[in-house]
Amino acid sequence: MRPRGPVFLARRSYRLRRMRDAARLLPVAGAFLFLLPILWAPAETEARDTAVDGAYLFVVWFGLIVVAALMARGLGAQEEEPGTEGGEGRG
Amino acid sequence: MPFNLLVLACLTYVIFLFLVAFLAERRAERGRARWLRSPLVYTLSLSIYCTAWTFYGAVGYAARSGLEYLTIYLGPTLVFVGWWWVLRKLVRIGRTERVTSIADMISSRYGKSNALGVIVTMICVVAATPYIALQLQSVTLSFGVFAQPGTYAWMIPDTNSTALWVAGGLALFTILFGTRNLDANEQHTGVVAAIAVEAVVKLVALVTVGIFVVWVVADGPVDIAARINASAIADWDLVPSRWAGLTFLSAAAVITLPRMFQVLVVENSDERFLGTASWAFPLYLLAMSLFVVPIAVVGLGLLPVGANPDLFVLTVPLSQGQGGLAMLAFLGGFSSATSMVIVASIALATMVSNHIVMPLWLRLRPAKSVSGDVRRLVLMSRRLSIAAVLGLGYLYFALSGGSAALAAIGLISFVGVAQMLPAMLGGIFWRGATRIGAAAGLLIGFVVWAYTLFLPSFGPGAILPLDVFLNGPFGIGWLRPRALFGVEGMDPLIHALFWSLSFNTAAFTIGSLLSFPTPIERAQGLAFVYVFDTERAELRGWGDGLAEPESLLIMAQRILGDEPALTFFEEQARAQGKAGYLPDPSPAFLAALERQLAGSVGAAAAHAMISELAGRARVTVDDLMRVADETAQIMEYSSQLESQRAELERTARQLREANEKLTQLSVQKDAFLSQISHELRTPMTSIRAFSEIMMEGGMPEGMPEKYAGIIHEEAIRLTRLLDDLLDLSVLENGTVQLDLKLANLSELLDRSLRAAAQTRPERDFLIHRDLPAEAIFLRTDPDRLAQVFINLISNSRKYCDATRPELRIVVRQRGGRVLVDFIDNGSGIPKDKQALIFEKFARLTDQTRAGGAGLGLAICREVMANLGGTITYLPGQGGAAFRVSMPLRLEKPPLAEAA
Repeated sequence: MRPRGPVFLARRSYRLRRMRDAARLLPVAGAFLFLLPILWAPAETEARDTAVDGAYLFVVWFGLIVVAALMARGLGAQEEEPGTEGGEGRG
Repeated sequence: MPFNLLVLACLTYVIFLFLVAFLAERRAERGRARWLRSPLVYTLSLSIYCTAWTFYGAVGYAARSGLEYLTIYLGPTLVFVGWWWVLRKLVRIGRTERVTSIADMISSRYGKSNALGVIVTMICVVAATPYIALQLQSVTLSFGVFAQPGTYAWMIPDTNSTALWVAGGLALFTILFGTRNLDANEQHTGVVAAIAVEAVVKLVALVTVGIFVVWVVADGPVDIAARINASAIADWDLVPSRWAGLTFLSAAAVITLPRMFQVLVVENSDERFLGTASWAFPLYLLAMSLFVVPIAVVGLGLLPVGANPDLFVLTVPLSQGQGGLAMLAFLGGFSSATSMVIVASIALATMVSNHIVMPLWLRLRPAKSVSGDVRRLVLMSRRLSIAAVLGLGYLYFALSGGSAALAAIGLISFVGVAQMLPAMLGGIFWRGATRIGAAAGLLIGFVVWAYTLFLPSFGPGAILPLDVFLNGPFGIGWLRPRALFGVEGMDPLIHALFWSLSFNTAAFTIGSLLSFPTPIERAQGLAFVYVFDTERAELRGWGDGLAEPESLLIMAQRILGDEPALTFFEEQARAQGKAGYLPDPSPAFLAALERQLAGSVGAAAAHAMISELAGRARVTVDDLMRVADETAQIMEYSSQLESQRAELERTARQLREANEKLTQLSVQKDAFLSQISHELRTPMTSIRAFSEIMMEGGMPEGMPEKYAGIIHEEAIRLTRLLDDLLDLSVLENGTVQLDLKLANLSELLDRSLRAAAQTRPERDFLIHRDLPAEAIFLRTDPDRLAQVFINLISNSRKYCDATRPELRIVVRQRGGRVLVDFIDNGSGIPKDKQALIFEKFARLTDQTRAGGAGLGLAICREVMANLGGTITYLPGQGGAAFRVSMPLRLEKPPLAEAA
């Protein structure tokens, strides 16, 4: 039996862990948004909306970059808290 | 735009790149390259993802298939935004295991299996060669545009010679800056700096053309949007399978392409840079693709039907009379092509040399004679590999004749390298992944890729006969390359991607589940999957005390170079609590040495070399227990015990050494007293005897003069001995007066050589010196320093037992210190005596007593201590070798401070 980590964490470490969760989820959200055009863009719609589609993709893209930039600062600042990584990875 | 002007601009640009790389290397050598190793430069170097295929081809792609070109950038964006998943782990593994290439990483993960290294190298070379050819084609095409102004056709004057010049120039650049040295971790500052500059050039070029198109040719974004919806581009249909498939494919390619792996993992100098790159690199991609559709739309509107849309970036500015802008665009495309080719050929050459040439050499080498410098061999094989890779690229280009088949090769190549994805991701996330599984997956994936995509890409009848396309091989319908298992109507690329990766993953998983890994594989699996565990259980792959440290040092010197190897051994010895250059061959030391060597020649070769010296890797039952143990508790407990035991061992070793030294000192003190009385007595006795004879008188003519001469000589010897003793005592007390001034090292050495020539003048010594390196001005006490030099040179003259004696004097500057090595080609000093030679009255053999009292080296040591320096014996140099180290500028008498 491996020893469990502490049940309650300090607020700061708790935030840090959720930030890592968010960092892992970001590409999933991005993939969802990038694949969304498949739903509305099949050939049936005859409307000429390539410019709008393009604008949508670029806006999502830029949004991802901004969120990633904001999170990179937080993740980089408090890297390497002892023990957190191994505990999670081994599960 | 005159063609000659273009060539001139091109040459100027190339010279500029050489200069950038050269200056960057120079600055890095002097340790002032902090800005060269910044997150910005790292991000810019990643931009080799955008090759000429994306620079020119994206516009053509957009003109033909609308927004689909974006998938090529969206995949990498997702990978970078999600760096916490994969990239972070890859970079950490790359740094801890000193990975040199993607082949090295996969080979290292699966038990340092060289067979896997060879498979991956083969896949990479096959997939990348056409890609290099594509870059050569893009440069020749863009030259062609300028060569024939007014026509926008594919007419190119003498394509092959242009491509040959470009390939030759690239080979020269890559060999110059890519193989300057065997860096311990394979980093190339000069190349990275040049690549970063090229990244800026191509971004500026494309954005400038884009701004010109949107705001000068058209009337701003609104007008462009209207033009887009009115143009043929708006007719594109999103094909869901291609949209999702290509996004996935580009995401896979960005981590498996050898050149991307090179800049992403191997050239990474700081893990924190990845955080910046996670958003900055997607931003770069966004900027690169923002103006693609506008340029395509305007090009379609402006240029005659049938103009090649792949060259719109050049032809649109040209058609508006903007020669300068077209020139900038040309340089952008040129940058994209050259940077890709440079990095790709470095990455491929490293793999070919480490996984094919080196293992072959290790096996075929005559007997065990480790002769010659391995470093030169490795560098040479790397240079040849670079030339061979570029030669292959050129050959492919020349043979395929720059056909349209090349244009599609970008994505085909992506599918090829994507075959490494299962083995790679499985290797870093799943401990159960085995070598058998990885090899099976890679091979099956490669074969399916070649059969369904690569070979058919040459066209029906070129390699695969037409009949195979229509009816399948031997008439087996369900084996048709474009419709495996009767799946028809699928896009050929997606068809190949789907089947190759499905078979690959299945073979990888099933092979791993059914096979049983070797101990090294399991250890490496543990190290890779749990790379973030700080308390990583170090598997002891090596038995204790089997290897002779001196032979390890000799081998390391051949691979790492003299200086780095000595520094590394010194550090390791210090970590073990030992003085000198020879650490105990403990398992931890062997593992560290193996990692160090792996940085130069790859994991598999390094493992083979050490196992040759240390005996086979003996994994004990104890080790297996540790690998098999998966509970964190026991691992933690044992690692605690481990660290305590290491601590104890270190202390014990230090105590043992101290004790040994004390015992020796006590013996020496007794010996010193008896020696000194002996040394004083011998001349005293003869003085007394001869003076007694003379007192008796009545001697024949001439005898008194002769006896007086003997008495005089003996008195001088006595004085010299007392002088030496006095000198030593003054030096040891630190009360010596130093006469500090500036002195030229070269002149000092001249002087010392002249003075020492009086010792055994009949011997003819060959002296090797490096005069340029000696041109150093030292602030020190020149007379005292010369005393040390004279002593060392005279010793060499006295004791070097070679028939043709040679003395090598090597001068180096390291930090603020000067190192002077005196190395002769005699039989050297046996290991058990090396610790004693600096003690008083230490003479190695009594037969060779050559007049001195055995105080010379002891005095040297004290002099050097007074000069703030050291004198040490250097083992493993093929003769007796002494290193004198001193500060470049001695400020105050250091001993007086310390006292």
